[in-house]
Amino acid sequence: MREILKDLERWRRQGRRVAIARVVDLEGSGPRLPGASMAVTEDGQVAGSVSGGCVEGAVVVEALEVLATGDRRMVTFGYSDDEAFAVGLTCGGTIHLFIEPLDW
Amino acid sequence: MSGTPIFDRLAALLRDEVPVALATVLDGERAGAKLMVHRPAADEVEVDGTLGDEDLDRVVARDALGELAAGRSGVRHYGEHGEAREDSLRVFIEAFAAPPRMLLFGAVDFTLALVRVAKVLGYRVTVCDAREVFATTQRFPLADEVVVDWPDRLLAEVGPELRRRDAICVLTHDVKFDVPAIVAALRTSVGYIGVMGSRRTHEDRLGRLVEAGVTNEEMARLRSPIGLDIGARTPEETAISVMAEIIALRTGRSARALSDTDGPIHD
Repeated sequence: MREILKDLERWRRQGRRVAIARVVDLEGSGPRLPGASMAVTEDGQVAGSVSGGCVEGAVVVEALEVLATGDRRMVTFGYSDDEAFAVGLTCGGTIHLFIEPLDW
Repeated sequence: MSGTPIFDRLAALLRDEVPVALATVLDGERAGAKLMVHRPAADEVEVDGTLGDEDLDRVVARDALGELAAGRSGVRHYGEHGEAREDSLRVFIEAFAAPPRMLLFGAVDFTLALVRVAKVLGYRVTVCDAREVFATTQRFPLADEVVVDWPDRLLAEVGPELRRRDAICVLTHDVKFDVPAIVAALRTSVGYIGVMGSRRTHEDRLGRLVEAGVTNEEMARLRSPIGLDIGARTPEETAISVMAEIIALRTGRSARALSDTDGPIHD
């Protein structure tokens, strides 16, 4: 969150609602470690990243839903035998994200 | 606009580069609950927020301080009241350790380029040179600290705080500066000690270090001549070669082209 702190503070000052997505867990090969974070404002501005660019588009969609519903959620991106994910990491790993509104 | 007390406090601590850990409940009704811990002084612990249960708070605060000391972030499992052997609750503990430090001895052109690259990689950078004409904040606006002093005197002060993730680069070509600086650097626990100089300077310096009482084992810690062999010529190219060597040494990787190797790219 350190890398996106300035953006988060600016958006807070501007009164924008923001959702933060954080990598909390990683299986196999992945470019970003737990703690990597990305923020999305209600009007679709983005700061930071949680992968090498593979899943950021899908994270924006999830983050906007979190802002709309106010419900926090865990989201997993990657390849798995029993579930077909629409979006995956090109490196073949799996990342687990926690997405929540910045209301704390 | 509703308040964000924990975030505001976290932002203030991060701005001041205070190490802090943030715990977040990931599941159930309490999902999103936050607990934040830091040490205002070595023997003090300050806790903000709550995960909704006194016992859970106590256990997670203790674990969060442990993760912070180890500089590690990850998910831990607990029972509703912090029971260690249960796993009904997942808690993400994010450790915000203080940034790693880079100490650059010698205020030369190569130093200027290294400061820029080290800042991009998130280091807290100190430039130190005994010559006050060269060691100025005007010349090194991006450095976090510019110290006019002898490197060994600076290290006598800050050396005990340095850890494996920190780095020291000796960029002077002057034995009067660099021999005492290297001897002092070897007394620290930094993970990287790079020493600038041609192969001839290096050979000459080795002799002087032996005279100063440096052992062969200690000598093996020195990366000299400094940097990876990528054919760097300019200060900026050299800075990239040095930083790449620091990263490769930390990760224990071969520093060969990935197109020439097999196996996973990330560990």
